[in-house]
Amino acid sequence: MSGTGTLLEVSGISVTFDGFRAINNLSFSIGASELRAIIGPNGAGKTTFMDIVTGKTSPDEGSVLWGEMSQNLLRMNEAQIARVGIGRKFQRPTVFEDQSVAENLLMALKAARAPWRVLFWRPGAGDHARVEALAAQVGLGDALERKSGELSHGQKQWLEIGMLLAQEPKLLLVDEPAAGMTLAEREQTTALLVDLSKTRAVVVVEHDMEFVRRLNCKVTVLHEGSVLAEGSLDHVTANPKVIEVYLGR
Amino acid sequence: MAIKPGFLSKNPSVLVFLLVLAAFTLGVTLMSEAYGAGVVSTSFVKTLGKTLCLCLIAIAMDLIWGYTGILSLGHFAFFGLGGYMIGMWLMYARTREIVLGSQGALPPTPQELQDAIATQIFGVVGTSELPAIWSFAGSLPAQLALVVLVPGLLALIFGWLAFRSRVTGVYLSILTQAMTLALSLYLFQNESGLRGNNGLSGLQNIPGVAADQDHLSIWFLWASAGMLAAGYMLAAFVTSGKFGSVMRGIRDDEARVRFLGYSVESYKLFIFTLTAVIAAIAGALYYPQAGIINPGEMAPIASIYLAVWVAIGGRGRLYGAVVGAAFVSLVSTWFTGGRAPDLNLGFYTVKWVDWWQVLLGLSFVLVTLLAPKGLAGLVDLVQGLRHPNRGGDPMGPGDGSLREEEAVE
Repeated sequence: MSGTGTLLEVSGISVTFDGFRAINNLSFSIGASELRAIIGPNGAGKTTFMDIVTGKTSPDEGSVLWGEMSQNLLRMNEAQIARVGIGRKFQRPTVFEDQSVAENLLMALKAARAPWRVLFWRPGAGDHARVEALAAQVGLGDALERKSGELSHGQKQWLEIGMLLAQEPKLLLVDEPAAGMTLAEREQTTALLVDLSKTRAVVVVEHDMEFVRRLNCKVTVLHEGSVLAEGSLDHVTANPKVIEVYLGR
Repeated sequence: MAIKPGFLSKNPSVLVFLLVLAAFTLGVTLMSEAYGAGVVSTSFVKTLGKTLCLCLIAIAMDLIWGYTGILSLGHFAFFGLGGYMIGMWLMYARTREIVLGSQGALPPTPQELQDAIATQIFGVVGTSELPAIWSFAGSLPAQLALVVLVPGLLALIFGWLAFRSRVTGVYLSILTQAMTLALSLYLFQNESGLRGNNGLSGLQNIPGVAADQDHLSIWFLWASAGMLAAGYMLAAFVTSGKFGSVMRGIRDDEARVRFLGYSVESYKLFIFTLTAVIAAIAGALYYPQAGIINPGEMAPIASIYLAVWVAIGGRGRLYGAVVGAAFVSLVSTWFTGGRAPDLNLGFYTVKWVDWWQVLLGLSFVLVTLLAPKGLAGLVDLVQGLRHPNRGGDPMGPGDGSLREEEAVE
């Protein structure tokens, strides 16, 4: 455990797409073992924020610092950012449909990522055990050899969560995890996210208020690319500006 | 390359392929004029040997296109460069033999010898100077190293520039076409030092070897078969493990691979360079059997043919590429060799020499549209391995799961 220090520090970022200000002077920080929900109406900049942290989009101004060494994430590419320990789950399940569940998990498993090392890497007994344990954890224990394209939507979501866990990230960015899940699966997801946040930082982007309430954590409300309010769910929902943005639409 | 025990049992197609290739090579040897019944003519042995080299470059194409999803239309540039590198030694050493044989009583000084060789080789383009790039042409080990180094370095530099700027898809294909066209045009110039449009010739004569063409053709067939076997095993090794998973991942969703922490650009560069080297080795074995190489061999159309072979054979699996290259190039030889009987339609006679291209183009379109798995898809049909067609939207089976409209909202 790296303690309670700040893990990710985003300050004053702005980004403009063709004149549209998607992110406007946004600042955000999260500790090493914290659960945080980011909510906001469509177009508030939630996904763009994730794109910036994971290196997909680079901001016009501002800084993104990572870890105790305050590494500058803006100087790194997506792969390097993933290697320092930021894992991302996309809104739509993106798994490699042409490959089996086991192959998907093996690819995600924390190990050397350089081409030469990967070329000669062969899974050992420990790796197989880890893959089986992960598959069991996400309810795919008996589907290891199935092509992931054959899985149902919900199972793909779970496989992607399994891949994320296999990476052993220090920070998880989860985009609308509950989409396409049954009520029971949602409860399972909530429990998993809460559990994970005991040992690492978890950021959940969601606009399902009911789901956020179950997470029972600090909430950041985004609106038009900047932070509108921050605090407990009850605190922010009592904020008149939040009510205007959320309920006034 | 270390193959652990169990490599062949995990990749049964490799074993089958090696057995078929061995049986083929043995069969041709036993029917050849040099070692057997003499049923198969020496020129046809050469055609078969060249076909094996084309199968090897098809494997390279399958690695880069079928597995990694990069449609390179420039791999024949590497093939041709490999041919040029070995051709330089063949021509230089052979000319030296001739020059030494025609000398008088006094042995020539090294300078005289080199001038005589240069005059012999470059007289046809009007100079008698040996260009600097021929510095190592007298040494077989040096030129063999250059077979790998020159195309490998070109691929490394080109790939680094292209992949670093994240050029993908059709734009990358166009860039590779431009590369092979530029190289071909450059070599057409006499100033490039490789005899311009005359190219290098007389490559079928191997210096220092007294054997006749009947025997040489069989030896080259063996060498080509051996290299094809090695290339096939290497490709099977590369694609079998996690590296293969990453390659297919890049093909299907390269952004996702990046977010897993893999540097997609390094992988692309690695595979591009590796396949360029395989292509160059194939070329170095091909041109001594063809006897002549000129810049026309690197014309853009050659690399497009390569893509057609792999598509017709079935990309994404190694034997598909081999079957496609062998089948299409042999059928092409038959049609364009004037041996195919003309088709008399009454009002018009179809001469296959002219119409073969149309037929090939049509088959390419039909295969792409109707049988994307190509000829190798027939294997699936035989094994009953038809993949389930799930149809509809991949949403969950539970009653409570959200419908697609909600999920993508």
